[in-house]
Amino acid sequence: MKNIFASRGAIAVAGLIIGSGAALMQKLGNPPNMGICVACFERDISGALGLHRAAVVQYLRPEIIGLVLGALLAALVFREFKPRAGSAPIVRFILGFFAMVGALVFLGCPWRAMLRLAGGDGNAIVGIAGLAAGIWTGILFIKSGYNLGRNQKTYASAGLILPVIMVGLLILLILQPKFESGALFFSEKGPGSMHAPLVISLFFGFMVGIIAQRTRFCTMGAIRDIILVRDYYLACGVAGLLLGACITNVLLGQFNPGFIGQPIAHTNQPWNFLGMALAGLAYALAGGCPGRQLFLSGEGDGDAAVFVLGMIVSAGFAHNFGVASSPQGVGPWGPLFVVIGLVACLMIGFTMRQKP
Amino acid sequence: MAEHIDARGLSCPQPVLLARNKMNEAGSGTIEVLADSAAARDNISRLAVQQGWGVNVEERENEFLLTLTRP
Repeated sequence: MKNIFASRGAIAVAGLIIGSGAALMQKLGNPPNMGICVACFERDISGALGLHRAAVVQYLRPEIIGLVLGALLAALVFREFKPRAGSAPIVRFILGFFAMVGALVFLGCPWRAMLRLAGGDGNAIVGIAGLAAGIWTGILFIKSGYNLGRNQKTYASAGLILPVIMVGLLILLILQPKFESGALFFSEKGPGSMHAPLVISLFFGFMVGIIAQRTRFCTMGAIRDIILVRDYYLACGVAGLLLGACITNVLLGQFNPGFIGQPIAHTNQPWNFLGMALAGLAYALAGGCPGRQLFLSGEGDGDAAVFVLGMIVSAGFAHNFGVASSPQGVGPWGPLFVVIGLVACLMIGFTMRQKP
Repeated sequence: MAEHIDARGLSCPQPVLLARNKMNEAGSGTIEVLADSAAARDNISRLAVQQGWGVNVEERENEFLLTLTRP
């Protein structure tokens, strides 16, 4: 079956929908310049489950659930649900772990970096430059034979594990049971308390999941493919996202250019750059940005699911250990863990190369 | 004599890189690529067309056989 979504025009429209939709989600209640952010929203899920106790960033974000389930539906309908696993899962967990460390030092995944830029946050330029530097480093490894090996076909039920976990989270979100420990945790103030109505968030995530699965939307891949194979297909999607969010922000009065006092952002530029460089390197070595890892999980890719779990666990760790940044600046242990993450990713890149 | 690439089980961007390297190496002729993901099928097709190769895709039991040709 020919994929009619695999044209530059189609992915640009997909990006426009994601970007303008995200800006609209901010109007409907999501945090500023965070209409959708895979890293931040996974961090909020981690907090809602009590994996960290940062009281301002705890919510079971329906967008994440929708992204996985939307991709699953699209994959099933178009016969692209292919359960597979077994390509270096522990490495992918570690890559997910340090990707989240980098994202939480900068304060956002590549999607949010674009949304921050589209909202006028100049600090995002530094983050995006870091992201590109990290991806470029990853490409050097890819060119010199870096490869995590082949996956294997597996059982359909194995490919469904992350989608089933997402259904479980959705049930928890709807029923909101109270456990003895106090879980589930939902922020009463701060970004975690800011959210669009559940049904709208879920629907938005679901729609994005469908169109992103069809178009293979990937922010890391956009930069990688330009450098590696001079292919601008994925870049058209990212350009669409940026444009859609920017126009919608201007129309809704959400565009505030500047560096200081930007929402849920800090101005420590060296660590904005290095945080995103770490994240970009981890995404490049894992073969996809955080959003793409969710869509691949929906297609039955168990290795991508392990990356996602690495990110969620890491978010708990990052807030418990003072690694995550806040609008006041970087956390006390953020810089050290970015350096540790860079060393870990460089070791992975250097030691996991196949000789041609 | 066709060249063969087995890109099954490999994640992005490995299938595209294997195909590109083989196309650059061969310059012309026939290259058969066996892939098992639609993303690899789309990416390799796009690259091959961009580089002036003809592409024929045959779907068989959850796998794709891409035949790239350039006279």
